[in-house]
Amino acid sequence: MEYLLIFITAVFVNNIVLAQFLGICPFLGVSKKVETAAGMGAAVAFVLTISTIVTFLVQKYVLDAFGLGFMQTITFILIIAALVQMVEIILKKVSPALYQALGVFLPLITTNCCVLGVAILVIQKEYNLVETVVFAFSTAIGFALALIIFAGIREQLAMTRVPEGMKGTPIALITAGLLAMAFMGFSGIV
Amino acid sequence: MNKLKVLTNGIIKENPTFVLLLGMCPTLGTTSSAINGMGMGLATAFVLACSNMAISALKNLIPDKVRIPGYIVVIATFCTVVQMSMEAFVPALYASLGLFIPLIVVNCIVLGRAEAFAAKNGIISSSLDGLGMGLGFTLALTLLGAIRELLGTGKLFGLSVMPEEYGSLIFVLAPGAFIALGFLIAIVNKLRKA
Repeated sequence: MEYLLIFITAVFVNNIVLAQFLGICPFLGVSKKVETAAGMGAAVAFVLTISTIVTFLVQKYVLDAFGLGFMQTITFILIIAALVQMVEIILKKVSPALYQALGVFLPLITTNCCVLGVAILVIQKEYNLVETVVFAFSTAIGFALALIIFAGIREQLAMTRVPEGMKGTPIALITAGLLAMAFMGFSGIV
Repeated sequence: MNKLKVLTNGIIKENPTFVLLLGMCPTLGTTSSAINGMGMGLATAFVLACSNMAISALKNLIPDKVRIPGYIVVIATFCTVVQMSMEAFVPALYASLGLFIPLIVVNCIVLGRAEAFAAKNGIISSSLDGLGMGLGFTLALTLLGAIRELLGTGKLFGLSVMPEEYGSLIFVLAPGAFIALGFLIAIVNKLRKA
């Protein structure tokens, strides 16, 4: 029950993109087509879950144990960058098909702030390991959900007539605003 | 290169938020009021100027193959400096900006300027470029914060401008951030073409 609550909160109520403003760059950048959006969503779900587990363990058994809390930002970003590289190399060997599908999106994930954001959030919220895994995975699902919905809307938007100055990013941002408003409707359920 | 031009380039002509469209997460996430926007902008400006200076000084020592991780370590160091100083001297602002201070590390503007400018130019030009970009970012965040605060609560920098009933709370909440920024970019686009 408790885990279900974390899941619903992270996916709908506190959606990482539309309520917490993390990961806006890929949200605006790779949301022109539904397929690319789904690919990016899957890549983020994969990396986010793994990296959050690793950073959580490093925080608990290395940083906290030796009183190195101030090294948090540097350690986490290096772990994420290294992990993204490693995932890329392993995927290339183990599953070329998956690598083909996720390939282009993997290097972009290092600078996706929702990965570092979630790694720091689980430490701030003082979750245990299982809660951390559930939270990281559901956050990634929330990210993928928002990205795919938004890509669907933008595919339609590309075919409509938009005033000259509003073309491109401005109209995309206003659409995202309306989507965020719709997601605010979920705030009562938890 | 003309030093003044380097400084003003980031403020107006290549404004990171309105023209280059970089660093959208803090732009949307921290501008619920003008003060918050300004605080976030100045924190980023400090990291930008210092990291640009350090990277420009170290550019011949960092091997080309590992330059990105090298830059990230430099940026993360200054980020930690800002984080600890803000926690000590302005705890209220630190609490309201929260997660976004450590996230300066992954702000694309910082790494972008390191790669595009500091890795090729001298120490003084690089610090000026970082400062200019940082001030441009601060300006954009303060403007967006001021608009959202005024439309949302009828206040400006915490001072009452119009009665609070006239404000609509939606502008302080998440959807207002997207909508206000969308209109601002549209206005800037229009002005740049004219």
